[in-house]
Amino acid sequence: MKAAAFAYARATSVANALELLAAHGDRAKVLSGGQSLMPAMNLRLVSPDIVVDIGGLHELGGFTLKKDILVIGALTRHVDLLRSGEVAVHAPLLRDAVAHVAHPAIRNRGTLGGSLAHADPASELPACAVTLDATIVVRSAGGERRIAAGEFFRGIYETALSSEELLVAVELPVAGEGSTFFFQEFARRHGDYAIAGLAARSVVKSGTFADLQLGFFAVGDRPLLAVAARRLINVSITPVTVAEAVAALTDELDPQEDQLASAAMRRHLAGVLLRRCVATLLSRPELDVGVAE
Amino acid sequence: MTAPVPVSLLVNGDPVEAIVLPRLNLADFLRDNLKLTGTHVGCEHGVCGACTVRVNGEIVRSCLILAVQAQGSSVETIEGLSDSGEIADLQAAFRERNALQCGYCTPGMLITAQDLLKHTSAPDRGAIRDHLSGNYCRCTGYQAIVDAVEATARARAERST
Ligand SMILES: Cc1cc2nc3c(=O)[nH]c(=O)nc-3n(C[C@H](O)[C@H](O)[C@H](O)COP(=O)(O)OP(=O)(O)OC[C@H]3O[C@@H](n4cnc5c(N)ncnc54)[C@H](O)[C@@H]3O)c2cc1C
Ligand code: FES
Ligand code: FES
Repeated sequence: MKAAAFAYARATSVANALELLAAHGDRAKVLSGGQSLMPAMNLRLVSPDIVVDIGGLHELGGFTLKKDILVIGALTRHVDLLRSGEVAVHAPLLRDAVAHVAHPAIRNRGTLGGSLAHADPASELPACAVTLDATIVVRSAGGERRIAAGEFFRGIYETALSSEELLVAVELPVAGEGSTFFFQEFARRHGDYAIAGLAARSVVKSGTFADLQLGFFAVGDRPLLAVAARRLINVSITPVTVAEAVAALTDELDPQEDQLASAAMRRHLAGVLLRRCVATLLSRPELDVGVAE
Repeated sequence: MTAPVPVSLLVNGDPVEAIVLPRLNLADFLRDNLKLTGTHVGCEHGVCGACTVRVNGEIVRSCLILAVQAQGSSVETIEGLSDSGEIADLQAAFRERNALQCGYCTPGMLITAQDLLKHTSAPDRGAIRDHLSGNYCRCTGYQAIVDAVEATARARAERST
């Protein structure tokens, strides 16, 4: 199918884009990489009156390191995240995750800002933003707002952004000394949206977790920081503590059912990911077995 | 407001000027306006890869780009890659290995495979499958396609040593 007719405006600056958004409100749609917006328009799931193309705004691209914060511009493409030395060193979780986002031809166009603004619950980068305690910087004609990633995602395709706001950058605390990361997802085929996934960050000291953040995705209406992770902090990890954490996680999740998987299957896969994650981060493969003593 | 917009770009090295409706995607622009029908359209939502072309040297889905977004860029289609001889060996390997069935997916497969071979000199079968995983072949010629890409990679590596 083809997109319905719309008017097109190529924004000449961020200020110009914000003026256009203020003038048109929710009749306008921002176009950055187009890798989610265009399919939605071709399927006639959305039919904006006007498309505001921010693709040429180079001021929204690139990486800046400010002390212990890595600032990534909204228009930074997935392929740039994959290739960036800054990301590899300071945000390795993001690098691991982005390799799972779609396919090369799509990663060449899709952007970090677009992925976060689109807020598909099965997508990888929103989960990383939540796990890494990112701050999402948004701007409107009235000024700038900074939103914690944990408050940014509101539901399926729903965020704290208003129709007059532009997501301009993402701020990530750089990976501290001693932080380790884990990223895995189950998908039907590499590059497909996940059936269940986990983006995790930990600090391991003397064989126990001094800190652990577990950002699950595709198992709810938004990326979810599992409360169950707290059970694993500062305790000795045994098959029993892991089994308890998996049980707590299973209670905590409220996965959706769709053509890919039932809710029960998603709960099960989330538990498998939790076990693998703990075993990997602690370098204790025996914990992955999933059999309690 | 939904009025046509002027666009100027390079297609296979030649300057092109046109006036297009904003809703026209690059795949349809290439096929209908420029009669470059080697670029195929399968799904129109980025899933099948039949419409893959190069924009400023990088592979993209032409069904997910508006023609107006290509303003100022350099687009290369299967016709361009074919006429320049850049992929002659890859095309020959597709023929020899029986990687051509109906041929619908072939332009997208060739452009995507050439993209891999440009970036990686000796991809293994896993890397080839991974890079082509966003391209559907409805004749399910996958095995033969991977064979052809692998053979081309080997032959190119031998030639360069
Ligand atoms: C076949 C296929 C497979 C895919 N698989 C995956 C996958 O496995 N995982 C995954 O995460 N994604 C996947 N995607 C989506 C892809 O990763 C997109 O790149 C990404 O979700 C959206 O980024 P974009 O820059 O293309 O945004 P666009 O499509 O341009 O925009 C998406 C939405 O965000 C809004 N928006 C964009 N930028 C801004 C901004 N700066 N400020 C405010 N609003 C903005 C738009 O108005 C629109 O509503 C897939 C896409 C395709 C076509
Ligand atoms: S037609 Fe573009 S990916 Fe299928
Ligand atoms: S050869 Fe027929 S679709 Fe691939």
